[in-house]
Amino acid sequence: MQLALLLDIGSTYTKGVVIDLEDLELKAKAKALTTVQDDVSIGIKKVLEQLESYGVDFDLFEYRLACSSAAGGLKMVAIGLVPELTAEAAKRAALGAGAKVSNVYTYELTAQEMERIVEEAPDVILLAGGTDGGNKEVILKNAEALAASALQIPIVVAGNKVVANEVKGILVSADKEVYLTENVMPKLEELNIEPARKAIRQVFLEQIIYAKGLAKAEEYIDRVIMPTPSAVMKAAELIAEGSNGESGLGELMVIDIGGATTDIHSVATGEPTKGGVELRGLAEPYVKRTVEGDLGMRYSLPSLVESIGQKKLLATLAAGISEEDLMTYLEQLSQNVEHIPENPIEAELDTGIAKVATKLAVQRHVGRIERVYGPFGESFVQYGKDLTGLKLIIGTGGVLVHNQQPEEILKEALFREKQPQILAPREAEFILDQQYILSAIGLLAEVEPFKAIKLAKKYLKRLGGKRK
Amino acid sequence: MEEKTVVLGVIGSDVHAVGNRILEEAFSEAGFEVVNIGVLAPQQEFINAAIETDADAILVSSLYGHGEMDCKGFREKCIEAGLEDIVLYVGGNLVVGKQEWESTKQKFLDMGFDRVYPPGTLPKEPIADLKKDLGIEG
Repeated sequence: MQLALLLDIGSTYTKGVVIDLEDLELKAKAKALTTVQDDVSIGIKKVLEQLESYGVDFDLFEYRLACSSAAGGLKMVAIGLVPELTAEAAKRAALGAGAKVSNVYTYELTAQEMERIVEEAPDVILLAGGTDGGNKEVILKNAEALAASALQIPIVVAGNKVVANEVKGILVSADKEVYLTENVMPKLEELNIEPARKAIRQVFLEQIIYAKGLAKAEEYIDRVIMPTPSAVMKAAELIAEGSNGESGLGELMVIDIGGATTDIHSVATGEPTKGGVELRGLAEPYVKRTVEGDLGMRYSLPSLVESIGQKKLLATLAAGISEEDLMTYLEQLSQNVEHIPENPIEAELDTGIAKVATKLAVQRHVGRIERVYGPFGESFVQYGKDLTGLKLIIGTGGVLVHNQQPEEILKEALFREKQPQILAPREAEFILDQQYILSAIGLLAEVEPFKAIKLAKKYLKRLGGKRK
Repeated sequence: MEEKTVVLGVIGSDVHAVGNRILEEAFSEAGFEVVNIGVLAPQQEFINAAIETDADAILVSSLYGHGEMDCKGFREKCIEAGLEDIVLYVGGNLVVGKQEWESTKQKFLDMGFDRVYPPGTLPKEPIADLKKDLGIEG
């Protein structure tokens, strides 16, 4: 028998999953508090002790891999030129690499912005700007500003190729560590984020895991190989595409509702579904991740309530829940973000909050269509991905996994007749990551993609669904 | 010559795509780096494209008669965006109905466009003008 140990070192919990690689079975699961301040290996050790007590034989481990979002995850700042163009492309590259993008900066960095970046203390900076052969001035000036700053972190340069070496030179001469890669937007509105994603991954493996003390995990495992969001993204792509003759499930969306953010991943081209539509704006990545930092179940709850408004939130909740109930619960959560619902009212509130997070996060992820009237009748302009034809939605994250009616939450992702401009899926089947193993599947996909897709098909639970 | 970059597009709610493609061909043929943003293009997208690509000129087409409305404030927006020196051309069926060409032309020159072309202009004319305006020999 061969086993795989797959760990997710989260900011709160370290979760371990053991997979039997021959029978493709989930052998055991364990969870312990992450102890990143002291030493991540303590949390890992506790997980391993639990697994051992369940009878797992450690000599059978063929792989021991981990992903991590501990110690703040991979925190990045993206710098570009025009907000809708290279700055957006840089942001997408960082998100695609599993990063948490704390801020995006555009045009020439001001002294105040430079100060703010230093205060934000990112782990990595992605510096872009200008198409190949396009604007050189701004990226050069921004490189000078970064060179003059106190920052001592790796900088990934992915801008105008004409000045790429010059940018690198400016930074290197100020003792900054530089990873030079291809432009994130080589031509206008053409997206090229794969090279930057790879460079960020390289930085993660070569530097971040050491800087964050994650390398200590190597006492027990082979390696921390990626940030957790990357593992989820990898799983999403694998499940859509399949591997080595094992077919995938086709275009899909993953909804990951967490304590601090709600992440949406779509694996889909997002081409217009009707004729005569003019696509505008920056090209869309086939595998796209968006992160809503203001829509989470716990840490970001105040901003979520602000986004929707208290009255509106109340209106979405079941009858019998008063404003007072809501306020009490919100107050309680702000004191204890680890709180798990203890009674039906709290459970109902959690469901209501998750519905709002799902609805808003999906609306922001998907594209929109605008009707334009001209002398020759109407025409349509599409920005972003048209996902109206997408047929599969996978839900993950604690609130969905532990909910009695996860499909009620996932339904919020669907298209609304009242907002026909928002190109969300019209009808979809819902699948639940009920064992909470999506990131483990992503990890396994790195080494055994064929087994990983088989495992996904076996353990992801179809909820049925489809509206109408 | 050093390759000069031009941003090309059809402004506003105008969907006329054919002339736009002909212009792209002709300007590319003449040695320009053409960044074509296509039809239904808002002012801001011309400007964003010009900033990222470090363009030397913006060529605006309008064939459906609403050019005056769509082009209002274009030069001012360019100045705000730091493109004060960019060359701006506009051409096509710029106004509705039968208006005298000279007054239409003057209207667009007053709006800050460097050159204004009536319907039926062949590409070689703005190409020659642009070479002159950008100081390109030949």
